[in-house]
Amino acid sequence: MMYSEKVMDHFMNPRNVGEIEDASGVGTVGNAKCGDIMKIFLKIEDGVVLDAKFKTFGCGAAVATSSMATELIKGKTIKEALEITNKAVMEALDGLPPIKVHCSCLAEEALHAALWDYAEKNGIVIEGLEKPVNDISEHEDLPQEE
Amino acid sequence: MDKVYYFDNAATTRVSPEVMEEISDYFTKSYYNPSSIYTPAQKCKELVEKARKRVADAVGADPKEIYFTSGGTEADNWAIKGIADAYGHKGRHIITSSIEHHAVLHTCEYLESKGFEVTYLPVDEDGLVRTEDLLAAIRPDTILISIMFANNEIGTIEPIEEIGAIAKERGILFHTDAVQAAGHVPIDVNKMNIDLMSISGHKLYAPKGVGALYIRKGIKIKNLLHGGQQERGRRATTENVPGIVGLGRAIEDAVSHMEEETARQARIRDKIIDSVLKSVSHCRLNGSRTKRLPGNVNISFEFVEGESILLLLDMNGICASSGSACTSGSLDPSHVLLAIGLPHEKAHGSLRLTIGRFNTEEEADYVIEKLPPIIDRLRQMSPLYEQYLKENGEK
Repeated sequence: MMYSEKVMDHFMNPRNVGEIEDASGVGTVGNAKCGDIMKIFLKIEDGVVLDAKFKTFGCGAAVATSSMATELIKGKTIKEALEITNKAVMEALDGLPPIKVHCSCLAEEALHAALWDYAEKNGIVIEGLEKPVNDISEHEDLPQEE
Repeated sequence: MDKVYYFDNAATTRVSPEVMEEISDYFTKSYYNPSSIYTPAQKCKELVEKARKRVADAVGADPKEIYFTSGGTEADNWAIKGIADAYGHKGRHIITSSIEHHAVLHTCEYLESKGFEVTYLPVDEDGLVRTEDLLAAIRPDTILISIMFANNEIGTIEPIEEIGAIAKERGILFHTDAVQAAGHVPIDVNKMNIDLMSISGHKLYAPKGVGALYIRKGIKIKNLLHGGQQERGRRATTENVPGIVGLGRAIEDAVSHMEEETARQARIRDKIIDSVLKSVSHCRLNGSRTKRLPGNVNISFEFVEGESILLLLDMNGICASSGSACTSGSLDPSHVLLAIGLPHEKAHGSLRLTIGRFNTEEEADYVIEKLPPIIDRLRQMSPLYEQYLKENGEK
């Protein structure tokens, strides 16, 4: 198997699949052309992420990184949430094959897109958060695994 | 999960018990170099020649027209580069199709870097090359047409006899990559006017690491491998005796049981296709329904991605493959599925099941039972499916 046990666990038993009806922020990234779309829903109250859900179209790594990213963000403050990088998601999954690293980048972007949506809806500025790019295929410099 | 449900016979096949029995002696007992002059070695040479005759008989060729190789990829490389090298002074144009195996496509791209021009013919929605496109592409400097006999991904069988007739009439050499077809569908190199043809052992129950190139008598071809005088001076390297013996036995077995085995596999194939198309919504069969390899099923499922399907099938012991980007190692899905006009998202959701001699109808029933819930499960977590349901008021 090309994936770690943790990746397979999160693929076979994904955590937080679904939608949040009254989500505070929703982020959708990726595109069907390249084969991955992630949609992440966040419920935020008093600056804390109370709940997170996702829906993902993609490979095993795309599902597993979505699952792990939503797990990591739950209970975090917005400031802490911004520290969840693609590397953090990968490390939590015991690594990804090099050609799947872009899935973890997509998960990070999906979290940021959802936070951006939350900030826009509430007219606030989250320091250190940049407007997300929704199309991963436009990224020329995808980080490579070290 | 103990039992393996192997539905990836287009990737490779199990060595048959008959082949295994026939070749086993040639590793430890009769291991001699066929080029040596002592009696035991000469016996090995005879075995190689017997295998050559078996391969020749299976495709209607003369044994002198069969050259053993290390596999289909080498045969494709040799045929195309060897002809380009030998006939390059006469013309520098080659015609192939856009759905060839990479062994042909990348070889053609290599030749483009060496100053050759290559036309990649489009295919219709079933994956068939249109003869009118071929006729339109032929130029005075066309030296070679290379069109696969049957496609490895979607199973479409090309109009080889018509293409051969056109090539012969125009005096252009015709190569076909018959790796997926040899031993599976009837082939007659003379009737079909095939000048060069690639064959692989491990797609027809012989071991990996052996193949053959048929080269019609009188055709000039440059060597790919230089060295000793094996294969009548055309392909150096000590003969892979067990592999060659295995290929000979396997192709003879395949041809002698072809009629009943083709019918049996086609029955299983059609059962899977009919059942899946009926029980799963939003899916389509890729490739021609009628001009199709007896063992090929290729279906695209909307809203889901192929690698995910494969992982869940694997959890149930089912081995299959997909044309999704995630299984190709790039961001693009299969060039074959794109060439037949599939949009990227449908190409990503493709599943190929290839049936072989050792698959039973019960195994097919197991796949038919396991597959629909897997597709449903992935759709339940797919934002594309959610979007579709909302847009169509189904939720």
